Amino acid sequence: MSKVKLATVWLDGCSGCHMSFLDMDERLLDIADRIELVYSPLVDHKEFPEGVDVTIVEGAVSSEEDLEKIRKVRSRTRILVSLGDCAVTSNVPGMRNMFGSEAIMDRAYLENAQENRKHPDKIIPPLLTQTRPIHEFVPVDVFVPGCPPSADHIFSVVADLLDGKTPDQTRFLRFG
Amino acid sequence: MNVRIVTLSIDGRDVGAREGQTILEVAGENGIEIPTMCNLTGLKPIGACRLCVVEVAGSRKLLSACTTGVTEGMQVTTDSERLRNYRRTILEFLFTEGNHTCAVCVSNGKCELQELARKLGMNHVDVPYRYPRRDVDATHPRFVLDHNRCILCTRCVRVCDEIEGAHTWDVMGRGIDSKVITDLHQPWGSSTSCTSCGKCVHVCPTGALFEKGHSVAEMAKRRQFLPYLSTMRGAKE
Repeated sequence: MSKVKLATVWLDGCSGCHMSFLDMDERLLDIADRIELVYSPLVDHKEFPEGVDVTIVEGAVSSEEDLEKIRKVRSRTRILVSLGDCAVTSNVPGMRNMFGSEAIMDRAYLENAQENRKHPDKIIPPLLTQTRPIHEFVPVDVFVPGCPPSADHIFSVVADLLDGKTPDQTRFLRFG
Repeated sequence: MNVRIVTLSIDGRDVGAREGQTILEVAGENGIEIPTMCNLTGLKPIGACRLCVVEVAGSRKLLSACTTGVTEGMQVTTDSERLRNYRRTILEFLFTEGNHTCAVCVSNGKCELQELARKLGMNHVDVPYRYPRRDVDATHPRFVLDHNRCILCTRCVRVCDEIEGAHTWDVMGRGIDSKVITDLHQPWGSSTSCTSCGKCVHVCPTGALFEKGHSVAEMAKRRQFLPYLSTMRGAKE
């Protein structure tokens, strides 16, 4: 049996969902036998590959880089999973939305900076006007809300996907 | 006292009811659960949230179960594809209209809105989020009003008026600009009618009203007082 090509992606989130993913503990060993991890913050691939079976995405879409990334991910992925409240609702990263990106940049790089007070003009990707959930930009196949989703929740979804089943999206359902 | 009995059917089951009861009450007595949000036993029903809408044979409109009285021969459907669609959309509207960031809310894990999303299987929201800019009023010495979490169920307005008798709370504005206010839209801490009884805080289904000193997921609401007080009040009138 050929291995399932799995990727995980980290957009605007705190990495807590990836931590929760690792909290699957010994179950990771069973999963590891059945997958090929082709891209992830946990490994060192630089370029998101073609022909990925399942991509699990943590985080909201906040910057131009995030947007470019998620479009590429979508075009190269068969099943896209929104992992966690940031991916599904924009959650805490979205709390800047009522103030506008300019005010956020001012707060970070002018008001709270001690030295070199100016907006960055390189390296830091420009913010989108608002942080928004992934499914507002590209179609999402599976939603796993939670802050973070529990390891049991993630395992039930991943196990179903590896078995080629449609995941039960209500069993562990919970926002926050 | 003469009590008239009416017979009706709910989801194909024949049930008996006392005249004057609502569909919601009769359904509840017969173990048929209808989702609700603005409704709270002990307060007058107003049919504001529309989550309890049901189909009644002969009516093209959907009717709110909490405000519709039972009648003889009535045929009620409480669960259908159409109703599930409406309820899901209403729930999504409640989530997108304000800023319900469960992860950092005082009521996380103790919130009726959060719980209803789980119950109705809402795993994401298709309606675009609005992210409105809303205020927080922390001028009261003991309580906080966070408009971001308010879903305009008006339980606070009703408990203050019907039970406490102070009528500190009310609603101002129209449509999407509506919001709850204290006295004549002045800071809660400066309200002269508020008795600081805290009933509004404890009937609030979300984290819109909470006690100071509570952090994320710490604000448990206590409602045991309400059926007792409303019964005693009813007995007096």
